[in-house]
Amino acid sequence: MLKLHNLSVSYGARRVLHEVSLDVQAGEVVALIGPNGAGKSTLMRAVSGVIPAEGGRIRTNGDDLPALSPMQRARYLAVVPQSAALPPAFTVWETVLLGRTPYLNFLGQVSPADRETVRRALERVDALELAERRVGELSGGEQQRVLLARALAQSTPILLLDEPTAHLDLQYQASLLSLVRELAHTDNLAVLAALHDLNLAARYADRVVLLVEGRVIASGSPQQVLRPDLISQAYDWPVQVVRHPFSDSPLVLPD
Amino acid sequence: MRRPFFLALIFLSLAILLSVAIGSVFISPAELWQIASGWARGAALPDPLQTFAFIILAIRLPRTALIALTGAALGGSGAAYQGLFRNPLADPYLIGVASGAGLGAVIAMSVRWPYSFWGLMAIPLAAFVTALLTVFLVYWLARVGGSVPTTNLILAGVAVGAFATALTSFLMLRSQGELRRALAWLLGGGSQTGWVPVLTMLPYLLIGVGVLLFSGHALNLLQFGDEQAQQLGLPVTRAKTVILVAASLTTAAAVAFSGIIGFIGLIVPHVMRMWWGGDYRRLIPLSILGGAASLLVADVLARVVLSPQELPVGILTALAGAPFFLWVLRRAKNQGFW
Repeated sequence: MLKLHNLSVSYGARRVLHEVSLDVQAGEVVALIGPNGAGKSTLMRAVSGVIPAEGGRIRTNGDDLPALSPMQRARYLAVVPQSAALPPAFTVWETVLLGRTPYLNFLGQVSPADRETVRRALERVDALELAERRVGELSGGEQQRVLLARALAQSTPILLLDEPTAHLDLQYQASLLSLVRELAHTDNLAVLAALHDLNLAARYADRVVLLVEGRVIASGSPQQVLRPDLISQAYDWPVQVVRHPFSDSPLVLPD
Repeated sequence: MRRPFFLALIFLSLAILLSVAIGSVFISPAELWQIASGWARGAALPDPLQTFAFIILAIRLPRTALIALTGAALGGSGAAYQGLFRNPLADPYLIGVASGAGLGAVIAMSVRWPYSFWGLMAIPLAAFVTALLTVFLVYWLARVGGSVPTTNLILAGVAVGAFATALTSFLMLRSQGELRRALAWLLGGGSQTGWVPVLTMLPYLLIGVGVLLFSGHALNLLQFGDEQAQQLGLPVTRAKTVILVAASLTTAAAVAFSGIIGFIGLIVPHVMRMWWGGDYRRLIPLSILGGAASLLVADVLARVVLSPQELPVGILTALAGAPFFLWVLRRAKNQGFW
């Protein structure tokens, strides 16, 4: 569904991504992990078209994403940003409605079908009862669910999540990611999520891609990538890997 | 969704009625009604009413229209600037655009001041050019990375605005003869009379306000930052440029005929946002209606406070607006707000 081939990105003279290749199939969650500064957010920004790629291709179903207009691209791919400061005076409904942008005409008219899509998206993330609340009054976990609903309202086959659980408490991290996983599997979405928590990646991703200094070091199932030797080297700190007592997914413990 | 518009329209109708009724001669609502029904029947009016009718047609109505359009322009462009800069203190006056437009208007006036239609048409055009130059200069000076911090915006706006004002004063002093008229214009208010200024202003205003009315959705997106706006499908640079040009055109049209009137563009969008929330699809039209109504009320006050002498309405809006500005600034400091 989403295919990166030899993607390279530079900020000025500094090259941040070196010929990164990866692909995400419909119906799977791929976690992008790696230490701070590895280029996870840069990759997200390049794929979503906010910064230009220097070389390589970003394709979906044969379409070159960078060649599309922002509006066309927004029909393929939705982004759940890091829980950043949201404009607090907006209501939840108004916020999620913005997800319909790529389908509105130039007058910005909203159709009943758009409203229905927004309602379903809110229902999906269990936030329908928040619709009339102002975003500024919500907790971090609720805000993140609203941002997920906004991305779902975009009705795209691809979903990018940029550290969606940063600054969230444990229960919000787990509930958000299990919801994302369920959406990927039931709605056949291709999900690429940058995560800095290795154990969340291990628990909720179908596949894991390890990025270090802008290069893909390893990719595969959580068991294949979250190995003590790979992780110790990537993060420059010795770690142990044990099995999760129930789910059997790997657990990374720093020494 | 309907209620705020309904209230704003009632407020505007009352303000228009006041503005037509009050002045050196008071015309009561009953008399207004008699005149209106007389016109409707096409009947000749008895004598005092005939004089009143002349006053209404030749003086009160054009002035009311000019002030209402000016207020609408300032309210609408103020809301647009606030959304564009993501800054609650942006207002055509505080960010220097009004002063920039004033400079252009005075340049156009000092070249030639013919009271002809085409001579008048050139004034808003010149004001528009300098307004655009000012807004780009202020934005460029105030920008840090992708955002425009409040303090930078106000500082750059004040500095550039002061420079433009100094040039304006210099030009006015050089062009001796018309000094008094230009000064009255600069302080804001309906120093220009008759229907010609209204008709000259109208085309610029219709274009500018028309674009702003359809910018609500884009402004909503921009509140989430350029990056998210683009990811949601907005061509960010193009949208911002269009809105900036439209807001500056609107400001320039207002300044060219009514002078520099501060704070309406700050107060009105702010109050509307407090009452009806931050959705720009609602905020822009409400600020346009509210701006027209508030400036009409201020203008009526300016006519009666020192009656029979008239105050420039810019003095009144500044007297009410400056304390409001300080209050907003304090609120902004105390709570990350809006």
